[in-house]
Amino acid sequence: MAILGIPLVGFVVAPIFRKTTGKWISVGKMTDFEIGKTVTVTVTDPSSLPWAGITAKSALWLRRVSDADFVAFAVNCTHLGCPVRWLQDAELFMCPCHGGVYYSDGTVAAGPPPRPLIRYDVRTVNGQVEVKTMEIPITTTL
Amino acid sequence: MKRFMIGAWRWLDDRLGISALVGPSLEHLVPHDARWWYVFGSATLLAFIVQVVTGVGLAFSYTSSSSQAYETLQFITNQAPFGRFLRGMHYFGASAMVLMVGAHMAQTFLFGSYKFPREMNWTTGVLLLAFTLAMGFTGQLLRWDSTATWSVVVAAEQAGRVPVIGNFLAQFILGGTSIGGATLSRFFAIHVFIMPALIFLFIGIHLMLVLRHGIAEPPVAGQVVEPATYRTEYEERMRKTGHPFWPEGAWRDFVVGTGLIVVIALLAYFVGPPKLDAPPDPSNLNADPKPDWYLLWYFALLALIPPQLEGYVMILAPVIIGILLLAAPMLNNRGERAPSRRPWSIAVVLLSVIMIGSLWIEGNNSPWSPNFDPQPLTEKVIGATSGPVFEGARVFQTKGCLNCHLISGDGGRRGPDLSYIGDTLSEGDIVIRIVNGGVNMPAFGSSINPNELTQLTAFLQSRKRPMPAGLEAPQR
Repeated sequence: MAILGIPLVGFVVAPIFRKTTGKWISVGKMTDFEIGKTVTVTVTDPSSLPWAGITAKSALWLRRVSDADFVAFAVNCTHLGCPVRWLQDAELFMCPCHGGVYYSDGTVAAGPPPRPLIRYDVRTVNGQVEVKTMEIPITTTL
Repeated sequence: MKRFMIGAWRWLDDRLGISALVGPSLEHLVPHDARWWYVFGSATLLAFIVQVVTGVGLAFSYTSSSSQAYETLQFITNQAPFGRFLRGMHYFGASAMVLMVGAHMAQTFLFGSYKFPREMNWTTGVLLLAFTLAMGFTGQLLRWDSTATWSVVVAAEQAGRVPVIGNFLAQFILGGTSIGGATLSRFFAIHVFIMPALIFLFIGIHLMLVLRHGIAEPPVAGQVVEPATYRTEYEERMRKTGHPFWPEGAWRDFVVGTGLIVVIALLAYFVGPPKLDAPPDPSNLNADPKPDWYLLWYFALLALIPPQLEGYVMILAPVIIGILLLAAPMLNNRGERAPSRRPWSIAVVLLSVIMIGSLWIEGNNSPWSPNFDPQPLTEKVIGATSGPVFEGARVFQTKGCLNCHLISGDGGRRGPDLSYIGDTLSEGDIVIRIVNGGVNMPAFGSSINPNELTQLTAFLQSRKRPMPAGLEAPQR
């Protein structure tokens, strides 16, 4: 039983323990981003499996707050993970699934989300904006 | 030739024991009055067989790779001969299976057929219901379009709420820390190997129990189930009035099963399979993930329950419902079976249907979701072509108000209909509401300038019911 069971369970759960996040990647030049604007940025997981194809891509919302400051938000609604959309003129993020709404700083404006949008670490290096890759944020509290 | 065929059959039957195996099943006595109410179980089994056959067919072309599954589905749907039809059969077969298992369960519950000695028939049936729903959900994910990939994220988020092991479960579902190469293949394994194996196993047990305990007779008021005497009484009744399952009891199953397959095939041909959404690109944020119809009610439930209770409902409700369903025959396995003597059973079934039906309708409409593509307000609706009211209507649209509020039938339904808000709120109330927000409404104080606020208020104040003819304000 153990001869069969241990390798089987180990093989099936192995992807969980594969470290794929926490790498700094460039998302563009600082000059690409306008102050006060929030834009979507596409990143490709640098450690994706070879057959991941298009699913290796992901997105984040990047806002240039001032000349030197950037904030980056996960696109996942903290309610149930659906992709939030940015409405530039309204300056709101809205979620299509259950109607969660967030302000431009990621705080909850309305609806069922239990906490603000999750932020990525952002830094600027030699005129490049870099974000630290992150796992899909999972809300683990009731 | 005929003699040869008969001889060959006898030889095979003798060596393989086919008659000895199948004979008792076909000859077992069933109640003479078990008629059309008793066809749902066999219809469920038939729908499952349709799923197996069409699923095996689809697997000849489907590739369970995150990078290729979408393309293979497009090939199956648009190019492969009969591919569209086969996908349609698989989809409507799944729908039929869910409907039939629900009807079978409701009938069993109403007729009190779960009582002694058939408690385990019910329990295995409840597990088969759970496996069927799991098959439905994993099957939707195998479509591997934009909706499917985001549905995996939603599933992971829900699993994440489970205390202690939530994060582990979420990552197990994702196949890591994000959607990627390992995600689809595990759902393929669950949908194609694990769940079907469990369903085959439990269908086998379920049928064995049906043969062991016999089919429960239609309930008669006053004819109570008493474990000490039930078996003797049942066998006596079967000896006197029972019919062999084949052919007296089986022809209705055959008729309904044939009709079911015809309906599935017609729907597959004329309606076709569900359309594939955009490719499974997690960077495409214009997705609106919703489950297929049989789980839409649960999607609605998660939108409508108070947020502070949501986590508990998400985790505890399925557990409590599961325990109640599994324990039902242990809690009440004797006494009356007739629904007329068990009116609460009718209430339970009716309330369940009403609750699931209402939630389904709400889920289909999703009034809590913003309308991301509202039709612009026309000059006729606005009632002006320039000035503060006209400009206010423009602000109403650009600031996203129209995404959530209806004006004369256009816009979203997330917030209140503002078509006649000018009749109920004063200028001051409107300003306060816009600036400070309100229940389930964002505050716009920091994102709207005074001029826009004035214009928007003027527009909203102009939203009044038309005066009935003859009651217009007198001209001066």
